[in-house]
Amino acid sequence: MRSTWRTLDRESRRGITAIVAASFVSGLSFGAIAVASGMALWVPLVMSVLVFAGGSQFLAVGLVAAGGSPVAAVAAGLALNARHLPFGLAVGHLLGDRLAARLLGSHLLVDESVAFAMAQRDPARAKAAFWACGAGLFAGWNLGGLLGALAGQSIADPGALGLDAVFPALLLALVIPAMTGPDKWRPALAGAAIALATTPLLPAGVPVLLALLGMAAVPRRRATTDEVPA
Amino acid sequence: MSIVPILALAAGTFALRFAGTALRGRVSMPDHVRDLLATAALVLLVALAATAALAKGQSFGGWALAAGVAVGGLLAWRRAPFLVVVVAAALITALLRLAGVG
Repeated sequence: MRSTWRTLDRESRRGITAIVAASFVSGLSFGAIAVASGMALWVPLVMSVLVFAGGSQFLAVGLVAAGGSPVAAVAAGLALNARHLPFGLAVGHLLGDRLAARLLGSHLLVDESVAFAMAQRDPARAKAAFWACGAGLFAGWNLGGLLGALAGQSIADPGALGLDAVFPALLLALVIPAMTGPDKWRPALAGAAIALATTPLLPAGVPVLLALLGMAAVPRRRATTDEVPA
Repeated sequence: MSIVPILALAAGTFALRFAGTALRGRVSMPDHVRDLLATAALVLLVALAATAALAKGQSFGGWALAAGVAVGGLLAWRRAPFLVVVVAAALITALLRLAGVG
């Protein structure tokens, strides 16, 4: 773990530290909200360890607390998490060949660990960024959840601290340098427009998946001589 | 909430994660497909950033959040360090809310 941390440049280490701190605070609010909405102490704790996908946890707890059925809560959470499949396809090669590493790495696959890995050019650094960010977030999110659940409603409102701005701002900082040409920014902008336009109409998670339709805006590849047409 | 929906959400989420990483490990793919997969992940991340910046659930997330993230994005575009981007976005959002901006 120590050598993984050293593989990273200083800027990435600072970025990962910042997002781990933010995940600790969101974990605090998740634990506090779950307990405040009447759930047993173990619910947010077990959920954070086993599910480890913050958005879907907030969504599921919120739906059940509002009187929704558990089946609807699971379906909504899974729709929100469906993006992890294409994320796995994009970074799966960083997890190595050992089954244990693939299982553990799959569990640590979250938006931030994918984004940090994709922001690195060198494969060794991409791998280090993925593991450091995934492990750090797991620790921060679960420790925050535990303390939040114990403290209950006495936790301050994270909205007042502007913490909900941390996640989108960090994602922007990670993806902007990767926008190297029209083959990246055209589909990205088209996808964002589709997601925003459909957000008021569709259940959580679905608009982000629909953003993949923006891939149609990837400029067509010029035919190259080394490929045989199918 | 009972343990059953939690286990179902956990198992389903893990299956989605593992399916992606396992497929990537097994199938050998040409360079341009790999590049398209990387682009697809970028598209998803940008869509996540856009919806997290502008929406709360199915409605508008408020001007304080949008402005804070916009300043963070501008700083990121000017290659400011991560910490500056994140702290500026949170600080501006918090100050605007304190000033009564929704």
